[in-house]
Amino acid sequence: MEFTDEQITRYSRHILLPEVGGKGQKKIAQARILIVGAGGLGSPAALYLAAAGVGTLGLIDNDVVDLSNLQRQVIHHTSDVGRPKVLSAKEKIQALNPDVTVVQYEDRFMARNALELVRDYSVVIDGVDNFPAKFLINDACYLGGKPLVHGGILRFDGRVFTILPGQSACYRCIFTQPPPPGLVASCQEAGVLGVLAGVIGTIQATEALKLILGIGRPLTDRMLDFDARNMRFREIAVKRNPRCPLCGDHPTVTELIDHEQAICELRSPAATDQGIEPQAGDRAAPHTAGLLEGTT
Amino acid sequence: MVVEINGKSEEIPGSVVLDALNAKHIDPQMVAVELNDTLVERDHLGSTPLKPGDRLEFLFYMGGGR
Ligand SMILES: [Zn+2]
Repeated sequence: MEFTDEQITRYSRHILLPEVGGKGQKKIAQARILIVGAGGLGSPAALYLAAAGVGTLGLIDNDVVDLSNLQRQVIHHTSDVGRPKVLSAKEKIQALNPDVTVVQYEDRFMARNALELVRDYSVVIDGVDNFPAKFLINDACYLGGKPLVHGGILRFDGRVFTILPGQSACYRCIFTQPPPPGLVASCQEAGVLGVLAGVIGTIQATEALKLILGIGRPLTDRMLDFDARNMRFREIAVKRNPRCPLCGDHPTVTELIDHEQAICELRSPAATDQGIEPQAGDRAAPHTAGLLEGTT
Repeated sequence: MVVEINGKSEEIPGSVVLDALNAKHIDPQMVAVELNDTLVERDHLGSTPLKPGDRLEFLFYMGGGR
């Protein structure tokens, strides 16, 4: 492929970087990145990856934009309330950069489609809000052999973690399984400072671009935890766990399963048959409510 | 004894990793625990000894994203 004059201008600040150059920009143009969840983390990740000129962005989400999303899900505008998130996101991406092909999946990321989806992409970004989906993404990326950039936010804290399947620690190396539903005691909103989504989502996008370009040192075998209140980043060394149920010496997780959703789902009759994701736009925090108690 | 918990020096009673969790009122099922950069299996929390100056990391589940 050759870049047009317009593209050379558009990507000139990348091309100027010796580590990127025209060659790197072509790698970006040929990259296929899957973003699971077009919400808080997915919004900034999708916008920056689109601006960067990523050739194909896959977006999977079956939710519609809710007014309470707009505090942090910056790809969606007020006029998008009630519209499918993948459609809203696709429009913004294409307005920002028509070079990007957006593949939208108005669906849930579940055991039935997970492996097929990740196999079609070169890097996967976790932008989901619940543990069953986070574990499923981890498992699917390992089984499908795809690099994953994990992210999480809650209240004033965030976390990023990159996983190279079979080479570096996976999510299950540290968190063997989702937290037991009974422990997620209450469904009260834990809340999140909206800008956390921007901080963590853009770090995820940075990691994805580094992987595509093959530059620097990925955030593997270390978790990056961000504490906004004290404005502190902390790295926690982690390593592959030989007893990991997924990537350890004697794996017990050998196929994909949809973990049961936490207790919050059960309290909402409308949501019980909805599978792995909360039905309403903003059920994110309650699943983790209380889990960070005692950390401060 | 004084150990380092998530980068902060803290005085905790007891002699095993589980004592530190108990002192902080943390349910072992809600956290992954590293002792000096090595993961401690949940079943071994009560039998893994702590000594002064040890570094503990309590890694909490962080699930949000949307
Ligand atoms: Zn693992």
